[in-house]
Amino acid sequence: MPEKLVITGNFAAAYACKSANVDVVAAYPITPQSPVVEKISEFVESGEMPDTQFICVESEHSAMAACVGAAEAGARVFTASSANGLALMFELLCWCAGARLPAVVCIASRALGAPWTVWTDHQDAISMRDTGFMHQFCETNQEIYDSVLMAYRIAEDPRVFLPMFVTYDGYLLSHTMMPVQIEDPEKVRDFLPPLKTHVDVGELGETRSVSAVIPPDITVRPEGNTPGYMEYRYAMQKAHEYAIDVIEEVNREFKVKFGRSYGNGIYTSYKIEDADILIFGIGSVASQSRMAVDQLRSEGIKAGLISLKLFRPFPVKHLREIFTRVPLVVVFDRDVAYGYEGVLAYELKAALYPCQNRPIIRSYIVGLGGRNIPTDTLTKAVKRAIKEKDDSSVQLDPHTDFLDLDLDRLGLSIEDMQKEAQ
Amino acid sequence: MVKISEYPEEEFILPGTRLCAGCGLQLAYRWALKAFGHDTIVTLPASCSVVAGGVGGYSPLKIPAVYDCFETGASTASGLAGALKAKGREKTKTVVAWVGDGGTYDIGLQALSAAAERGDDFVYICANNQAYMNTGIQRSSASPYGARTTTTPILGKKEISKNMLKIMDAHGLSYMATASAAYPQDLFEKCQKAKEMQGQGVRYIEILCSCPPGWGYGVENSVKMARLAVETGYWPLWERIHGRITLSKAGSKFIDPEKRKPITDFLTPQVRFKHLKQDAISVWENYIAGVWKEIQKELDETNQ
Repeated sequence: MPEKLVITGNFAAAYACKSANVDVVAAYPITPQSPVVEKISEFVESGEMPDTQFICVESEHSAMAACVGAAEAGARVFTASSANGLALMFELLCWCAGARLPAVVCIASRALGAPWTVWTDHQDAISMRDTGFMHQFCETNQEIYDSVLMAYRIAEDPRVFLPMFVTYDGYLLSHTMMPVQIEDPEKVRDFLPPLKTHVDVGELGETRSVSAVIPPDITVRPEGNTPGYMEYRYAMQKAHEYAIDVIEEVNREFKVKFGRSYGNGIYTSYKIEDADILIFGIGSVASQSRMAVDQLRSEGIKAGLISLKLFRPFPVKHLREIFTRVPLVVVFDRDVAYGYEGVLAYELKAALYPCQNRPIIRSYIVGLGGRNIPTDTLTKAVKRAIKEKDDSSVQLDPHTDFLDLDLDRLGLSIEDMQKEAQ
Repeated sequence: MVKISEYPEEEFILPGTRLCAGCGLQLAYRWALKAFGHDTIVTLPASCSVVAGGVGGYSPLKIPAVYDCFETGASTASGLAGALKAKGREKTKTVVAWVGDGGTYDIGLQALSAAAERGDDFVYICANNQAYMNTGIQRSSASPYGARTTTTPILGKKEISKNMLKIMDAHGLSYMATASAAYPQDLFEKCQKAKEMQGQGVRYIEILCSCPPGWGYGVENSVKMARLAVETGYWPLWERIHGRITLSKAGSKFIDPEKRKPITDFLTPQVRFKHLKQDAISVWENYIAGVWKEIQKELDETNQ
């Protein structure tokens, strides 16, 4: 029977793993993801997940390696991590995507050390950008549960066969209780039938192997030519491109089945109909921006919000369609591409560059290492962007704005630091 | 011991590997796979054995192979074994991790130790050719004392090799054995035993594999070199079942120092040891004496 529980985001991820009837879980604890591992262990030991093997590994690296091995033997696999643990997984994440294994990996996002930190920002998740994983972000615990189920459907679609991240903010969601509808197992199985994998090493014929050495060029063989590395990678890029339609499709189907959906599966929007300024953000930043939109509107500024759900594949077409409607976009990044600017900001700029009506895009860095993001900070930044919109010296200035720095109390000022540098 | 005529005639490594001429590892691989048979999944991290697999998804191996990352021989095998168990197929397949000494002694040690402690169900083979041969003969912690490698190019290695067997023994494994590429019957039987002990956690076999380019001898002498390692007493052949050690018939007589050939028989023909002086040879002699002393002690305790 479906049941409504009041649970944390981590437990929502664990319940989703149970609902998806995952075959093999291999995971290693890290703050703030640990309760995911603990809850799954409890499910397995209590017999509530009788078909699941839980491999209690000694590191995130082995967690992902075991997931890769299991997926290569045709298993549906799950793991979760955060920050430094996720960074340790990196090699195997690339391997998993390259082998086209439909794993689902949850990220309870957390800032990366050094210096040591356990609080949220999106640097860990965003840094996984080029692994080949698809990647969706969540704003509520229900969305975590639902997104994991959808992620398996998307990842296991034969048009896709790519792994997917489901990211939610550490602490803000991972440790915050919210009501979550846990669906009936029968109904979930109907939506998410058992994995029909494209690779099961146990069933492979003789003289076949998985993830062998692939030369740069195609190999000519009497049995039929085999692709070179570049053909494999082209196929991976195409799979990302096809995935966008699949993701929208799955989002629609999920709505029919369970009565919930997340915008178009690509982004959710808030008060955009008459907006002439759009805020762009993900996860916790987007949640906070909803309040900023309300406050700005109460002051007569027609602001709206696009909360990006799908970070990879990057939904260029959708973003062009929505963002060319307004003259000004303000992007808040809880991450930095060091030496450049916020990742969402520059990716949006790149996506909109070929468009005739591309807006002015103003970008700010907020909330790194778990620093609070007050609504006022966001509204002030939007107002500043409006004021400076037509100031070309501001638009051409390549420096990146960090909001809510507290340099004064450290006896520092940006001006002094700049002078010193000269 | 099985007669040579009773071995399976079927070959599991077909012509077309990309291994070097005279490769000791290939010899060991060939006999091990005969023992493991058809219902085997082998997982291979970065090593010479990946080269053996050829390119492009078709391999000269007659069993399915999964290639994995350098440090993940054991963890990938854990995943494979876990998936088989989840599907109720764990009794139908033998999972074998076939890993080099670098992947075992060094970069993959953590994952191996963890899998051994958890008792994951697979056979782990360390094909030990005593250096990072695949990347060009760099030192590993399995490289023996004095060996010149491309990262110990002039003075040779200053340390004796890590006592990996002791480390693995500390995990309380159900089955452990040493083997040599030069003793295929012994190797075959050990692999068969490890296979039969399915469901009893990690079974660990370490095979000394001679390597013509890495050790520096003519390709025609691979069997000879691997055999000399045993005959000089440097590489004792034994197995340990549930903690109880027995010397293997093939090499048991070398417990008697009188029966051993001088270690210089093994060292002198190899380019990697060409520079060794008498004091270094004494280190080798002491090492061998120490290895056998420990074995003797263990045998005495077992027989008490």
